[in-house]
Amino acid sequence: MKLITAIIRPFKLEEVREALTQVGVSGLTVTEVKGYGRQKGHTELYRGAEYVVDLLPKIKIETVVPENLLDSALEAITAAARTDKIGDGKIFVSPIDQVLRIRTGESGKDAL
Amino acid sequence: MNKSSVRSSLIAKITKRPSVAALSNTAKTIPMNISTDWRRNAPVLLATLAGGAAALFFATHGFAQEAAQTAAPVVAAAAPVATPPAPVPNKGDVAWMLTSTALVLLMSVPALALFYGGLVRTKNMLSVLMQVFVVFSLITVLWCVYGYSVAFTEGNAFFGGFSRLFLNGTFNPADGSFSMAGTFSKATPLYELVFVGFQATFAAITCCLILGSIVERVKFSAVLIFMVIWFTFSYLPVAHMVWFFAGPDAYTGADVVDKVNATAGYIWQMGALDFAGGTVVHINAGVAGLVGAFLIGKRVGYGREALKPHSLTMTMIGASLLWFGWFGFNAGSALEANGSAGLAFINTYLATACAVLSWTFAEWIIKGKPSMLGAASGAVAGLVAITPAAGNVGIPGAFAIGFIVGPICLWGVTGLKRIIKADDSLDVFGVHALGGVSGALLTGVFNAPSLGGPGSVQDWVKMTSGYPGIVKQLLIQAQAVGITIVWTAVVAFIAFKLADLIVGLRVSEEQEREGLDISSHGESAYDM
Repeated sequence: MKLITAIIRPFKLEEVREALTQVGVSGLTVTEVKGYGRQKGHTELYRGAEYVVDLLPKIKIETVVPENLLDSALEAITAAARTDKIGDGKIFVSPIDQVLRIRTGESGKDAL
Repeated sequence: MNKSSVRSSLIAKITKRPSVAALSNTAKTIPMNISTDWRRNAPVLLATLAGGAAALFFATHGFAQEAAQTAAPVVAAAAPVATPPAPVPNKGDVAWMLTSTALVLLMSVPALALFYGGLVRTKNMLSVLMQVFVVFSLITVLWCVYGYSVAFTEGNAFFGGFSRLFLNGTFNPADGSFSMAGTFSKATPLYELVFVGFQATFAAITCCLILGSIVERVKFSAVLIFMVIWFTFSYLPVAHMVWFFAGPDAYTGADVVDKVNATAGYIWQMGALDFAGGTVVHINAGVAGLVGAFLIGKRVGYGREALKPHSLTMTMIGASLLWFGWFGFNAGSALEANGSAGLAFINTYLATACAVLSWTFAEWIIKGKPSMLGAASGAVAGLVAITPAAGNVGIPGAFAIGFIVGPICLWGVTGLKRIIKADDSLDVFGVHALGGVSGALLTGVFNAPSLGGPGSVQDWVKMTSGYPGIVKQLLIQAQAVGITIVWTAVVAFIAFKLADLIVGLRVSEEQEREGLDISSHGESAYDM
């Protein structure tokens, strides 16, 4: 099993979610986050005071998938979240040792 | 009656007709109101004044009744001689002035509190609301204790007298009569208590304006100490100097003109025009704020961290309510529901709209984007600038003052602010002092009948208007501005230093980082 952590543009959330559902991903966790990368921030001006806002709002998606779904899930996210401009985000993949469904006690792939 | 109760002595006391309605009205309603206010404001009053105040209250009121009793027979004796009946207040005037008073109250709570509150960070929101709320109450109480008397009774050219301590003599429960205040027309009195209330809201908001320079780090107790001193030694004398005169009815003939003029305030005698408080309110507060910003020092993180407004939505609501309340402030300053009030009203409306546009477009051109904060600031700048001018200029003056002041104050909060290098946090100086000076000077120009202005009353005996000429009037205005700046700067410096000596001006750095809501008031504005 793999954990996919994707940082995407906030307005792309709905498209990414739909794309993941279509390839068979059964659930995901969404967090509103701030961060910076290559995309430059913006400046805000309040009367005479100018503030550079470096940390930009992004959406972080986390989902755990079985190995056989990994490639199609990554493709789905990439295709849905891409605008070809700096700031589209990143995807991180990491191994997962164990998954447990709290209600039933199921574990492994069955718990996904 | 003693000699210095000028406004009441202008017009003979009017005894209410002894109808049942009138008697029951005065007997029941008035004392109840007094006692409710007294109880509500007791903690603030007690904290501010020593217990001796209460003794003084009873002493002065005892005196009032005594005086009224001796005065009453004079009225009774005069009646059979068939003197013309004393003029009665116009009910329309009274209704308008009561409405205006409530409108000006709204300008402080909540309008100014929200306007300022939106501009600070979340952690300091309640401290700003609280400072405005309590200072407003404190000054209202002080106004009724001694402020009104010192500002609006006859004394010397700088300070009034003490004949109206605790509003002594404004209402006589023995015969249900009210004392009268003058307006700007002959034989058109106003109940003095209505005038007291109207002017109370001016004193209170002026003090609240200063807070904008020192928010987010000032100690609450230091605020209160400063306000008592500054109100007493700057607001009251400046109001007396600019606004106090004996009223049109005192000018009974050419022979008394010099004598009556000599009883007026120093700046009034110079012939300076200030319809609703360009000098008294805005320059007075704006300069005091700058002095405070210098003495208290910059906020922690100023120039390094983002000290962003936490809710420009609140600021927009506040600015809009200020605009609304300002109709009472400016049009109410006519003291009558007449053409002058109408002129002040439309000028207040129009000049503000002009300043919103001129600030917005100037910002758009210079900074690249038209901002909501810019538009709201433009509105306040326009309101400030039209304040001394309101009933003193015509429509051309309103257009000109509104359009001119927007870019001036935009420079005040950007270029000028960088030159001054003080953390005048919410730009009290840049908007109120600079806007006030612009308005005060332009009032002198656009008062000219050749520029559509109404001129000013030159002969209070015949009530004829005139205009001394642009250069002359402008010089008078500049002198009034100069005197006010120096006066308030000196008093503010001393008052802030005293507050610093007694309790210290600033909270600790740790408390400042935590936010004044938690550290000074033990609560937080939002549960999010």
